Amino acid sequence: MSYEEIEHADVILLWGSNAREAHPIFFHHLMKGLDNGATMYCVDPRRTSSSKFADLWLGIDVGTDIALANAIAREIIHAGLANAEFIAHSTQGYEEFAASVEAYTLDAAAEITGVPPEAIREVAHAYAAGGRSQILWTLGITEHHNAVDNVLSLCNLALLTGHVGRWGSGLVPLRGQNNVQGGGDMGALPNKLPGFQDIGNDEHRAKFEAAYGMQLNPLEGIHLTLMFEAMERGEMTAAYVVGENPADSEADIEHARTVLGGLDCLVVQDIFMTRTAELADVVFPASVAWAECDGTVTSSERRVQRVRGAVAPPGEARHDLDIMCALAERMGVDLGTSVPQELWDELRSLSPLHAGMSYERLESEGGLQWPCPSLDHPGSPFLHGWLWADDLDGRDPAPFSPVEHEGPKEALTEEFPLRLTTGRSLDSYNTGVQSNGYTSPIRYGEALDLNPSDAADLGIADGERVRVSSPRGSVEMAVRVQPDIPVGLTFTTYHFPDLVDINLLTNDAWDRRSGTSEFKAAAIRIDKLDAPIPATGT
Amino acid sequence: MADLKLHVDTSTDAERAAVASVIAPDDHAVIHESERSVRGGTARRRDRRHLLLPGLHALQATAGWISPGGLNHLCDALQVPPAEGFGVASFYELFRTTDPGHEQSVHHVCMDTACHIAGAEDLAQRLEAQGEKVHRGPCLGQCEKAPARFVQGRDEPDHVPADRPDELVALPQRAADPDVQLRLLRNVGVVDPTSLASYRDHGGYLALQRGIDIGPQAVIDEIRGAGLSGRGGAAFPTAIKWQGVADERGRPKHVIANADESEPGTFKDRIVMENDPFCVIEGLTLAGLATGAENGWIYIRGEYPLATLRLANAIEQCRTAGLLGDDVLGSGLRFDIELRRGAGAYICGEETALMESIAGFRGEPRNKPPFPSTHGLFGEPTAVNNPETLANALFIVEHGADTYRLAGTEASPGTRLFCLSGHVAVPGIYEVPMGTTLGEVVELAGGATGATAAILMGGAAGSFIGPDQMDMPLTQEDTRERGTTLGSGVITLFDDTVGFTSLVLRIARFFEGESCGQCVPCRVGVVRQREVLVEMSERGGTLTDDRNALIDDMARAMGDASICGLGHTASGAVQSAIRLGLIGARS
Repeated sequence: MSYEEIEHADVILLWGSNAREAHPIFFHHLMKGLDNGATMYCVDPRRTSSSKFADLWLGIDVGTDIALANAIAREIIHAGLANAEFIAHSTQGYEEFAASVEAYTLDAAAEITGVPPEAIREVAHAYAAGGRSQILWTLGITEHHNAVDNVLSLCNLALLTGHVGRWGSGLVPLRGQNNVQGGGDMGALPNKLPGFQDIGNDEHRAKFEAAYGMQLNPLEGIHLTLMFEAMERGEMTAAYVVGENPADSEADIEHARTVLGGLDCLVVQDIFMTRTAELADVVFPASVAWAECDGTVTSSERRVQRVRGAVAPPGEARHDLDIMCALAERMGVDLGTSVPQELWDELRSLSPLHAGMSYERLESEGGLQWPCPSLDHPGSPFLHGWLWADDLDGRDPAPFSPVEHEGPKEALTEEFPLRLTTGRSLDSYNTGVQSNGYTSPIRYGEALDLNPSDAADLGIADGERVRVSSPRGSVEMAVRVQPDIPVGLTFTTYHFPDLVDINLLTNDAWDRRSGTSEFKAAAIRIDKLDAPIPATGT
Repeated sequence: MADLKLHVDTSTDAERAAVASVIAPDDHAVIHESERSVRGGTARRRDRRHLLLPGLHALQATAGWISPGGLNHLCDALQVPPAEGFGVASFYELFRTTDPGHEQSVHHVCMDTACHIAGAEDLAQRLEAQGEKVHRGPCLGQCEKAPARFVQGRDEPDHVPADRPDELVALPQRAADPDVQLRLLRNVGVVDPTSLASYRDHGGYLALQRGIDIGPQAVIDEIRGAGLSGRGGAAFPTAIKWQGVADERGRPKHVIANADESEPGTFKDRIVMENDPFCVIEGLTLAGLATGAENGWIYIRGEYPLATLRLANAIEQCRTAGLLGDDVLGSGLRFDIELRRGAGAYICGEETALMESIAGFRGEPRNKPPFPSTHGLFGEPTAVNNPETLANALFIVEHGADTYRLAGTEASPGTRLFCLSGHVAVPGIYEVPMGTTLGEVVELAGGATGATAAILMGGAAGSFIGPDQMDMPLTQEDTRERGTTLGSGVITLFDDTVGFTSLVLRIARFFEGESCGQCVPCRVGVVRQREVLVEMSERGGTLTDDRNALIDDMARAMGDASICGLGHTASGAVQSAIRLGLIGARS
């Protein structure tokens, strides 16, 4: 999907995303859509600032997304709003899917999610009936132990209604950084070569081997979460960390720091002395991608754009490319050029997705969206258009994926009766490495949002410091009494790990398929500071 | 649309009740349908924003000011950022944003032209001596009753002490000649302004019936044939305006009666609205028919409580009688009218500022183009007309363009309402054919009292002329030729006892107070102009050549670069007074 498409959408379903704060630039496009008359539904346990722009907010219980999605699907089917023609032509597995959602009646879903049945019905009808309907999501969907099932449950809705593969209609996972997509483009994935070509595919690999003049390891690598497990088992003893701060960002953080500290060799390449860098044996001072580097970035809409260095990196800091080439050289490998344009042209010769994107075109056309296989190709504003082709471009029809509601791994108990979920605020960025260096007039620091009635039950005043404990640890922090958060739910950001180590509390249960931990759902308790420290949970 | 930063709610029960009287609790922009589902969104916000001005009126009337708690509650109900709500509240003369510290009604005393020379300051001091709370302010549109007073009520309705709502008004023109044939004022002092039946007994709604019979395009053609031009001051051809809106299709459309009559010296629309309110309703309905607009608005200035009551009553009666609503006069035509009360802002008489004000924003004029016929109220096609223009349109459609042209000149057909005030024997409103000379109209009003030194044509935004211009025919073309204007029909006479330095200084202060401050030439120019006049006054009334040049220079800058007519005309009276030697005599 292109950003521009949301400006022309009829129905926007923002699910598990506080884009107003976490994706403020994209949200400008979304607001244009609202101005142009789109109706927006927001699914989020919290009444976020994004939700306040919505025509209807559905405040579901944390981790009940699949129950809601399945109920919407069932309602669409029973109301006769499914796109039968599209289902027959472009999908497979419909019968099995339809049977799988049959148990998710509006009332059953209301019971699980906490959202009134008529609200679920309204979303189902609006989404299905909209001429151009989009589902957008972020970490509220993916930071769960069953992240992939969550995503599939949303994909099912698009397949059911045909809201995919057409201008203005589709599925939009918003990416967290300006160049997360670019990392994937360039092959920074355990099983992919640049251009999303499989490392295990002999033909693909042979192309790269010919260009690089060397044999490549055909085995898939492992992703970050598995790496931590490998480190824990002693199978992985060295790590080279580039532009990441896992010592602050991982769930169950005390555990992660112990593991990193136990490595034989930890190399960190970063622009700041992060907490991870403090643990390192060697630190390479790097340069900032913005203003100090030449090259390209790829945005959420798959648009490759040029960036240009304007100032030289300070002190001993060097460009990432230079550092890597120099490191390789010491290891006896010649990586060739470190000139960005030459590297880019090498990529174009190897990645069909990027082949048509010359620097000249990127400059004169304001960036290009892949796939762009040739110099005369205009780029691709959206994907999956083949679903609407007469012959599906020779592909197999898209499969429905029956998925079942599970709920968070960590159930609420008498000892830990409150749900903790985490997220981001507008003026801060993840662990604060890039954002805590400046002040902001709207920053209130780290605090635990609590509903007024929960605060009253616990005898806690706004601003009071309390002890917050999960089965994994406990921290001290201030409470912010907030009417916008439902009863029983608490929320905090983790932008200020120096102040509050919130990831001491979060659950590292994770999805085997995506590698993402369940940052969005931990069970906690809140104690006043003068209360005795509980025997368990420390 | 923006994020909301609301305060903790400190509104009082009375303030919440006031807001509830404008926007019902179950119709707020955000509705908590359950703990887990909240309805809101852009459309609900946008649809309700126009209730901000009525909401502010309700708060002001209840508490005597717009308190932070009350404002916050209103902004929460409408999902308007409180900072924006404050910006709107502080824009208007009739709204206070600081605690007045008392619970009395406030007496607004007009300090402008006709009242200035009729002892306005004496009245203000007399009221203060009686313990009343007095606010010295701009023109109240009661120039025939100078010095004018308007009471903004606490525990009593807003009212004008001089009003006599139970009596039929005695039109001086008819008093002098009972057989006079009037077109626009034919009902004034004749029909019962509170009775639709009385209006219809005197021929009301025959024009609209004919309009329905001949159809929209024929109505516009008739208006074009009659050569009707707008009577608010700008004299734009009405048929072009209506045709422009009629040609727009596929979007909601609006017609607005601009009853924000605020030009100092102007009170004609007030007299029509107070005494013949159904004529304004019928005229606006005709405009709706001709343009295909289903939404009518009357924006009336806040200082006209009686006219507001009369119009509100008239709208209700017309709805009940099926003259407004889903099937006007059985024609299948859908049309209804919302009455909106301004809150004291001269600038809101400018049509785009007026539309901003209705929509719930500060009344700041927009750049044109785009013009209201394509992008008007809420960005939708809109025709804005003066009530006198609408009354003319009724006559034209009922009697035809040829009959209409029997009065007036070729270039300025029809009759015109003139507001006579100041040093004239019988101040009031007079209807005469265009082309009647200034002297004839003055004679109609009983002649000048004293020796006339100057006449202000067109109000504060117009210009002074000398008594040697009494032979000037009152037409667009003749006034233009002699370097002055008809404007909104203001003729204010000043005799040779008037201190013109203080009068012109007051006019300069008027513009300084009423400039909305949006564009630099006007915001700065009106202040500099006043400063030069203050300096002149302190130097015994003499104006040096360089200061004279400065005034001309600023007038050029304001004329060239201001967004709207306020800046364009803010120097006209001052410059003409200098030209005529009324002020600034060289020592």
